[in-house]
Amino acid sequence: MNKLENRNGNPVYKTIIYIVCIFLTVLSLFPFIVMVINSTRNTPQIQQHAVSLIPSNHLAQNWAVFNGKTFDPIRGFFNSLIISSGSTVCTIYFSTLTAYALVAYNWKLRNPFFTFILCVMMIPAQITSIGFYQFMYKIHMTNNFLALILPAIAAPQCVFFMRQFMLASLPLELLDSARIDGSREFNTFNRISLPIMKPAMATQGIFSFVFSWNQLFLPSILLTNNKLYTLPLMVSQLKGDIYKVEYGAVYLGLTLSVLPLFVIYFALSKYIIAGVALGGVKG
Amino acid sequence: MTLQKNKTFSYAKYGYLFSLPFIIAYLVFHLYPIIYTAILGFTDCKGLGNTNWHILKDDLWKNFRTILNNATFKTSLKNTFVLWIMNFIPQIVLALLLTAWFTSKRNVIKGQGFFKVVFYMPNIITAASVAILFNVLFGYPKGPVNDILVSLGLRSDAYYFTNNATASRWIIAFIQFWMWYGYTMIILISGVLGINPEIYEAAEIDGANDWQTFWQITIPNLRTILTYTLITSMIGGLNMYDMSKMFNNGNPNNSTLTTSVFIYNQAFAGSYMYNRAAAASMIMFVIIAFFSVIVFYLMRDRKS
Repeated sequence: MNKLENRNGNPVYKTIIYIVCIFLTVLSLFPFIVMVINSTRNTPQIQQHAVSLIPSNHLAQNWAVFNGKTFDPIRGFFNSLIISSGSTVCTIYFSTLTAYALVAYNWKLRNPFFTFILCVMMIPAQITSIGFYQFMYKIHMTNNFLALILPAIAAPQCVFFMRQFMLASLPLELLDSARIDGSREFNTFNRISLPIMKPAMATQGIFSFVFSWNQLFLPSILLTNNKLYTLPLMVSQLKGDIYKVEYGAVYLGLTLSVLPLFVIYFALSKYIIAGVALGGVKG
Repeated sequence: MTLQKNKTFSYAKYGYLFSLPFIIAYLVFHLYPIIYTAILGFTDCKGLGNTNWHILKDDLWKNFRTILNNATFKTSLKNTFVLWIMNFIPQIVLALLLTAWFTSKRNVIKGQGFFKVVFYMPNIITAASVAILFNVLFGYPKGPVNDILVSLGLRSDAYYFTNNATASRWIIAFIQFWMWYGYTMIILISGVLGINPEIYEAAEIDGANDWQTFWQITIPNLRTILTYTLITSMIGGLNMYDMSKMFNNGNPNNSTLTTSVFIYNQAFAGSYMYNRAAAASMIMFVIIAFFSVIVFYLMRDRKS
């Protein structure tokens, strides 16, 4: 009897755990369910009852509210896509290259350089934004996506992660045999190291993309032309007075702004959870 | 022999060469702005598009003194810490509880994969959108939360959440908690899975129950990861901008104003006081650097 209980655990205790977990599941999903359903309802319906589990048929009507307004989700989507893709490619490629320099070669300043990366890893870009803004203003790079893409070349946290992964999975003998075969160093990196690094690059790529996509502070100071607004900047327009009476449209705008992330998340959640477990993102 | 020596020497140069893009990008886009910000804190740089500024001659530390004596800055610094503590304590308690539940060998919980995916989900959603969503959900008088409270008879009339300082703070702390406990839980679970299973087996043989195992084995072995979580969360909390700005723009009465929003308002909302914003940034930089040093020593230990 005692043994059986030991194997299956305490049923009362387990029931409590399941109840708490189900409650937390509802807590995670409920705000988004309300958001999606209300984006199909019109203002009078929402005013009468703000919570409903039955979708209505006013989606097109809510969409029409955005006509001719500054909130342009399609433009915002493509602006965000350009910036996030550009900075992700920069971060992933150059971080792997830097990690390769740290792992594959023995150079005098290698350890000081790595120590430096550890030191600056925690400095948030936001804290130096005043200097960054003034600098970009001076060289006429405000309202230019490159100001948000090029800094991504230097991503200390990503280099740190790539280095740890490379130390564990890149056999240095493989590089030696490539050298014997006459492969040039840069070629060896591209043809041999990059394929081995693919899993780490995919994980870091997802986080880098999402981080860039969600950014608000830097885009909000650098992009003043509303044709260049990213999706989070577009969303901040929803707080404006024109939407005070258009509840359905606000919910629809919010839904559209998070839709791409939901698609990414539910397609890749397995890799994302595994990546978080590796400590690949900052808190 | 000479050839061999030459060869190793020539390979070393690739180390420098391949780090070069990183180094250049870091110097130009990260280090230079840090120095630039530090210098601006000692200047009279204000006004939109002003590139003609000078180092303060008579009173070098004027901006720093102005900021440190500024009541709004003090309020924002206090808010930033208070909001962080209000979200971190419940966050770490729940994350530890879930970690203990999900790693228990005696009471195996089914559907963990599903729960992890759902609990972590809010973390990946744009904070700006989440902040506006919660502002709408707690809307007055016809928001969904008020609708529920009144329908269930918990309140006779709608409550103006966003007009009350305490309620607004708790809502922001709740959103942060809600967005981050899943993340913390996953980090802690992976930490527990990294603990040598033999220690747990020995405890089981000695007849330790779940509660004893958790406090006497799990917690002591998670010390490094717990400190890391604490510090990184604090650095994140000290930078909180999106939530405060988008939920209610620091209102009511600056009760949810964070230092990041204060800095933004100094520099970009109307007054264009770049010098004061830079001084405030540097004060935050020093505070964050202090905490970063702790993380640095932790990571160095993990490296070896």
